[in-house]
Amino acid sequence: MMRAGRFRYHVASTVADAAAALADGGPHARLLAGGTDLIPNMKRRQDTPDLLVSLRHVGELRGISVNGETAIHAGTSLDDIVKSAAIRAVHPALHRAASQIASPLIRNTATLGGNLCVDTRCNYYNQTFEWRKSIGFCLRGPVPDGICWVAPSGRRCWATASSDSAPALIALGARLTLLSREGERDIPLEELYADDGACPLTKRADEIVTSIRIPSRVVRSTYWKLRRRGSIDFPALGVAAAIRPGPHGVIEDARIVLGAVASHPLLVPESQLLIGRTLTDNVIEEFAEGAARHARPLDNTDFAMTWRKSVARSFLSGALRELRGDDPSTFPLLARETALRNGWRFE
Amino acid sequence: MDKVRLALRVNGEPVDLAIAPNRTLLEVLREDLALTGTKHGCELGECGACAVLLDTRPVLSCLVLALECEGADVVTVEGLAQDARLDPLQEAFSDCGATQCGYCTPGFLITAKALLDERPQATRAEIAEALSGNLCRCTGYIQIFEAVEQAARRISDE
Ligand SMILES: Cc1cc2nc3c(=O)[nH]c(=O)nc-3n(C[C@H](O)[C@H](O)[C@H](O)COP(=O)(O)OP(=O)(O)OC[C@H]3O[C@@H](n4cnc5c(N)ncnc54)[C@H](O)[C@@H]3O)c2cc1C
Ligand code: FES
Ligand code: FES
Repeated sequence: MMRAGRFRYHVASTVADAAAALADGGPHARLLAGGTDLIPNMKRRQDTPDLLVSLRHVGELRGISVNGETAIHAGTSLDDIVKSAAIRAVHPALHRAASQIASPLIRNTATLGGNLCVDTRCNYYNQTFEWRKSIGFCLRGPVPDGICWVAPSGRRCWATASSDSAPALIALGARLTLLSREGERDIPLEELYADDGACPLTKRADEIVTSIRIPSRVVRSTYWKLRRRGSIDFPALGVAAAIRPGPHGVIEDARIVLGAVASHPLLVPESQLLIGRTLTDNVIEEFAEGAARHARPLDNTDFAMTWRKSVARSFLSGALRELRGDDPSTFPLLARETALRNGWRFE
Repeated sequence: MDKVRLALRVNGEPVDLAIAPNRTLLEVLREDLALTGTKHGCELGECGACAVLLDTRPVLSCLVLALECEGADVVTVEGLAQDARLDPLQEAFSDCGATQCGYCTPGFLITAKALLDERPQATRAEIAEALSGNLCRCTGYIQIFEAVEQAARRISDE
């Protein structure tokens, strides 16, 4: 039996209580939401907190309201998000991302806040303690002189950002509220992420994600996920796309985000270049080629990295074609299957 | 590690224990309560063998700390039969050959039970989706889907 190390356990009754417990607990205190990322990581000794602050009984952290702006409390389960007819209608990218996270059993406990803060992943890191010890561990410790097995000459960790909901929510322009004993602040979601596999979040350890807000602008959105099996597996690539078409199909706003190809969800800078244009075949292909250059998958997750890069281009193009209204049954094989899988399940 | 008191209901019976915070619901069910029907597979959320109902929702007991279940209602595969009568799902699994080595079966039964309680008329696609976090190395799944459909028919005929 793999068992987490020793820790103290505090059941928070309110968000304020959780914030106080985190602040008093110091750097080795962690929030426990669904536990579906934290518990496996603790069993493998990737994380060894000495205090867990449980959010399970914090009712104020649960709930969805779609009333102009959409607000989702961070402790809402992924299953509740998948089952929300309003989210499905208004924010298909989030619906599709959430409905492809892990498995239905996991989504019953997993929360949106936990998904946004999910640890980065790497084939050399997401292993048992004994496995990692046998290769002398890696840059992420626990020994001080470990190397990065993916890029041994460098001094940074290239573990992959693996949240499915983060790219979707960044594409939708979401903002999030962080709360600590010192007060509250509000940031665009993309600013939560640092491009550093070993230290992927910019927020302080004592800050709690309390809510995620998506503006009400009318956009078309989608999320395409690459993984080996149709269930359970983390993304080997995620493409989230949101566009706001104006009169005559002229694009008024566009945000395209790549997941699982870097240590942070990558908001493609060229998204801006789509504004003022219409989605012709040429525009789509030119954009997909340029945007795929930002995808620099490394040999630290499932599938061959060169193939993942080629899929990035095909998914970027497929996602934009889908938003243009093309019939997915005309797409090339993998793109067709991916598009249809989204549809087959829930629509 | 200091033990903490935990009170919950398991298969309708009140249970009161003192346990260390790092123990999962799976460990407590199997080791402290001798309910070994719930299976210990991957321990990391990847196989579904450890599924139990936690306040009517199917969850993976290997990922849930037992202390998180304070005050909760837990149902394991041992709780499915009513008196001497098997649950329609258990009968259908047996009749349809949906069990071979049987290691995955308790997890499938629990997950399917939650599905049929919520959607008695579940379609094949909904069944496949609901069971997509449960792995079976033996049957090839088709017999499992058929068993769930047969159980659904039996329940609606009753
Ligand atoms: C087999 C398996 C497959 C998986 N597949 C996927 C997948 O395909 N896609 C995917 O994205 N994820 C996947 N996951 C990871 C995980 O299940 C999800 O990311 C889940 O949403 C995490 O949420 P949680 O509530 O369980 O988080 P927890 O495990 O409770 O927490 C995760 C981290 O976030 C922190 N945290 C939690 N809530 C907050 C908050 N409100 N504020 C600040 N910090 C917080 C915790 O302290 C912890 O560091 C998988 C996990 C497993 C075991
Ligand atoms: S033992 Fe829990 S999912 Fe495998
Ligand atoms: S019957 Fe053997 S694993 Fe399913």
